[in-house]
Amino acid sequence: MQQTYTNPIYDYVRSDDQDAEARQHHPVIIVGAGPCGLAAGIDLALQGTPSVIIDDNNTVSVGSRAICFSKRTLEVMDRYGCADRMVKKGITWKRGKVFFQNELTYDFDLLPETDHKLPAFINLQQYYFEEYLVDRIADMEGVDLRWENKVIEIDNQETVTHITVATPEGNYTISCDYLLVADGANSNIRTQLGLESKGQVFQDRFLIADVVMKANFPTERWFWFDPPFHRNQSALLHRQADNVWRIDLQLGWDADPEEEKKEHNIRPRLEAMLGKDVEFDLEWASVYTFQCRKMDNFVHGRVIFMGDAAHQVSPFGARGANGGIQSVENLAWKLSRILRNEALPSLLQTYNTERQEGATENITNSTRATDFITPKNRISRIFRDETLRLAKKNPFARTLVNSGRLSTPCIYQSSPLNTSDDAHFQGKLTVGAAAHDAPAQINGHDDWLLKQLGNCFVAMINVDLIDQPSLQLELQALKEINDLRILLVSSQLEPTDLNETYNERCHWVFDTKGLIVERYDLQPGNAYLFRPDQIISARWKHFTAAAINKAKKKALGFTLESAA
Amino acid sequence: MKPTHLNINPNFSDPDTFYAALTNIHRDLDREQSERVNARLVLLLANHIGDLGTLEEALSIASELSND
Repeated sequence: MQQTYTNPIYDYVRSDDQDAEARQHHPVIIVGAGPCGLAAGIDLALQGTPSVIIDDNNTVSVGSRAICFSKRTLEVMDRYGCADRMVKKGITWKRGKVFFQNELTYDFDLLPETDHKLPAFINLQQYYFEEYLVDRIADMEGVDLRWENKVIEIDNQETVTHITVATPEGNYTISCDYLLVADGANSNIRTQLGLESKGQVFQDRFLIADVVMKANFPTERWFWFDPPFHRNQSALLHRQADNVWRIDLQLGWDADPEEEKKEHNIRPRLEAMLGKDVEFDLEWASVYTFQCRKMDNFVHGRVIFMGDAAHQVSPFGARGANGGIQSVENLAWKLSRILRNEALPSLLQTYNTERQEGATENITNSTRATDFITPKNRISRIFRDETLRLAKKNPFARTLVNSGRLSTPCIYQSSPLNTSDDAHFQGKLTVGAAAHDAPAQINGHDDWLLKQLGNCFVAMINVDLIDQPSLQLELQALKEINDLRILLVSSQLEPTDLNETYNERCHWVFDTKGLIVERYDLQPGNAYLFRPDQIISARWKHFTAAAINKAKKKALGFTLESAA
Repeated sequence: MKPTHLNINPNFSDPDTFYAALTNIHRDLDREQSERVNARLVLLLANHIGDLGTLEEALSIASELSND
């Protein structure tokens, strides 16, 4: 039934490991080539760590599944070199409408902050997202992606994991220092290791359908509560690439999923929603029961869980794939530095603590949205319906309407890797937050701040007082620090006669619109330290190279209790 | 003990008139309509208060059905 997209077929290729006399060893093996597994391979390679990705299939996602990718995910994708293609193919949107029964209740605009490279959200079918990651992997060194390879046995020991892999040409065994598990919500590896993902199943069923339409609905997210075409249930319409529209229809707990999946049952439901005259073709459909659950610990010795295998949410708020990518970016830099002996293995525990916080936040948000959409009892339904009725004329009530709180990056405010501020900073940013973008000019070209951050630690300093000899001394000392790039932010153009304080470790960043200074409250002499995942780990009104080095060591986990 | 923000001391400009008005809006309503009106009232007043800590105190006192 799918017409707008033909799944690429990736051939099984025999690996040298299958012909080697001795069992081959890899630093990292990743199980699962979905969004998280593919992203992990790319991120690790960008930080200098090679990996092998094992997937039992030979193509990308069949059917669309995840569609809504957040700004933070796109920023990570930009670091991978994939964002431009995704934004170009995807549908950028920021407007939406909420309907209740027969009426439009209100419309909204996400009003994203201007002067960021990437939009607040795009809608893009999961298969494109995955295909672009596969293409990126083909262009880079360090990721060995093996299709039609299925893990059939796992033996995890204290410092090494052995896996037996089945292929069309028989089995082989390989080993690794770290096994990353990204094999989805029903993770086989998790089951094989006797581990659980715990939480709740919502007593409801949803029909998710992708249709191709000739009609021109606007590029907006339309959400209906209790519409006349689908009484007592909810409905969602949202545009994706190729004129494909995502439709979610709540069916209730008593619906028969096998019957509801049949096209002759889907069609009348969609006709009632779209109107009799609207021509459409059904691309893909499935019936889901939603779950919110997670594992108690994402790290089991040297086996590490990511994505839906580690934490799963209902789709309202687009927190599944987006939350998964945040987990990947959190893990990749830590694991790379542990493997290079630049961090202790205990740093890995902060992947668990930071991402448990992220997963809990995502589960809380998607549970609340699910509870608003499916009220649990009569009085909840009354509150829900009256909230929607009040929302039409009373702006306050719109803040309570919850058809999904869209994914934003988790702020790791209580992370043990953070260093506290030495003085008050203005603005919204805090340590533990992801960096905010701003326009900048680098080497005379218009560019973006976020493009200068990532893959290593970055110290960002406002050098508008660079003449001070003491500042020069600190800059000299900073250059002695390993794994650190230095950004010299200035309201002035790059001086042509820049002296020896400037070399390949330092980059002049001309703050074209003054927005770096404004968004970061980065006054002359102030400094920020960013982790390789672009998270703010420390900042100073009065920095020294020694303080930056100390904060960097803390971010690498050297002061963790278990590191002692 | 955490500081109380919810004012449980008299604060009405005209308590009797308010009480009469409150019961009056329900006079001709059936039970379901009354539930709807009460829900709307709670939402409107809760927004006016706004502060989560204060609202949580009100929720806590309101839910002590058997402690009065």
